[in-house]
Amino acid sequence: MNKASSALSGLYLLLILFFLYIPIIVMMIMSFNRSELYLLPFEFDLVWYQQLAQNDQLIGAARNSIVIALVNTVIATTLGTLTALCFARYEFRGKRVLQGMLVPTLTMPWLITGTAMLMFFFWSGIGRGLHSILLGHVALSLPYVVIIVGARLRSLGVSMEEAAATLGANGWQTFWRVTAPLMAPGIVAAALFAFAISFDQFVISYFLAPVGTSTLPVQIYSAIRKGFTPEINAISTIIILASMVLMIGFARFSKFGGER
Amino acid sequence: MTSSARRLRAIIGLSGPTALWLTVTVVLPLAAMLVFSFLTVVPVGGREAAFTLKHYTDFFTRPLYLTNAWRSVRLGLEVTFFCALIGYPAAYILAKAIKGRWREALLLLIVLPFWSNSLVRTFSWTMVLSDNGLLARTIHGILPFAPSFDLLYTYPAIVIGLVQSYLPYMILTCYISLQAIEDSLTEAAYSLGASRFDVFRRVILPLSLPGLIAGSVLTFVPVLGAFMEPRILGGQQAIMLGTLIENQFTASFNWPLGAALGFIMLAIVLLIMGLFYPVLKKHISVN
Repeated sequence: MNKASSALSGLYLLLILFFLYIPIIVMMIMSFNRSELYLLPFEFDLVWYQQLAQNDQLIGAARNSIVIALVNTVIATTLGTLTALCFARYEFRGKRVLQGMLVPTLTMPWLITGTAMLMFFFWSGIGRGLHSILLGHVALSLPYVVIIVGARLRSLGVSMEEAAATLGANGWQTFWRVTAPLMAPGIVAAALFAFAISFDQFVISYFLAPVGTSTLPVQIYSAIRKGFTPEINAISTIIILASMVLMIGFARFSKFGGER
Repeated sequence: MTSSARRLRAIIGLSGPTALWLTVTVVLPLAAMLVFSFLTVVPVGGREAAFTLKHYTDFFTRPLYLTNAWRSVRLGLEVTFFCALIGYPAAYILAKAIKGRWREALLLLIVLPFWSNSLVRTFSWTMVLSDNGLLARTIHGILPFAPSFDLLYTYPAIVIGLVQSYLPYMILTCYISLQAIEDSLTEAAYSLGASRFDVFRRVILPLSLPGLIAGSVLTFVPVLGAFMEPRILGGQQAIMLGTLIENQFTASFNWPLGAALGFIMLAIVLLIMGLFYPVLKKHISVN
């Protein structure tokens, strides 16, 4: 490729990155700007972060989000890892059915998943609430955990386990001393992903949140709809940075972009 | 204990909890939704529900629903088109012109926004698109006499926000299939006298089509169900199938109608998925 066209290619990618990041960067800058109406010139001020620290509704919602995301991570990672192991080790009737059950939350619009859950939970007495939000988040996270851990298991193969068995290790010894350590990076990557899915999830939580309590994205949405305050910029900046840090961690553990 | 009983116990122990969880959160809710879509009211609190086809016949006879369903489909097609138009060349550059750590870093940079909160990203566009937002100010800075304009709360604003949301997905799926094309194939085509355009049309495009199709379907489907992005960016332009469904659950509380509209949306999704199933199978396999 000649010089001119490679410069052009670089410029094109730069424009794409500009398009992807400009709104986020503007929002971050405005969260530090004193003017409430985003007026320039820019005057550095932490006033919106100070107001945020006193906004009990947003703080409470943030706490709910973090707790749900943590519990979701533990449950989804555990169940998903067991399922991935089962898929990798056994052929059984019903395997295809279970695989089929993992597909809908991956492929249907969340609007449909969320409203279907709302109707069934309401009708069956499970009801709305943080517990039903958790039920929904785990359902959304499970397929990703199965895919991520399953990919790791496939790339490992069975030769190590066979070697351990040949050397006289029993089933549990093989699992804890060979399989589990080899799977660990995949499990960590899946756990980070599950946390991010839950922490960022809006649609499902929106339909399942009861009146009064909610998660952070639901609270932000209602603040935006009511006519918003710049505190939302501050909390959004924190959320974006937090998800990006999580995802860089995920990329490290999952060897994002393929083996090199 | 026999080995087959142990095997069965292991299978149930390993995948039983997941099966149970998904039954409660996915299978039964979808079944309930299907049943409720044929009822006059949701049967709770002793209310008498009767069988009806009204919600489905309403959809096909009342212009309100058909118009808005078409608006949603059109939005999905337009967003998908722009994502492909912008994303495919970017994926091509990443796969063929950039190597090593740079490629790794750029891919991560492109996908990072996709993994961050979509609500917050959508909201951040309001600051760029409003009448005293960044875009208007920049244009007025360059052309002081340009007419004032306010993109926020218009249809293009919805398209811009959604394209930004799904562009990384399109780039990623196209990149995966483009990167798998061996350089020796294109070199062979060149050595046989093919022009650059021929090589693109006869070698690269057909071989990368699966990625392009997968990216398109995986963009179109969530856009079809979008309601938050139109609400935040679209103002009066926001009414679509997605927002109509949301309304039935949050404002007018006609759940059976919402369920029926949801199933019609699901039918469109399944139609598209079924059409492209052979291609999609490779991209979304959970085995």
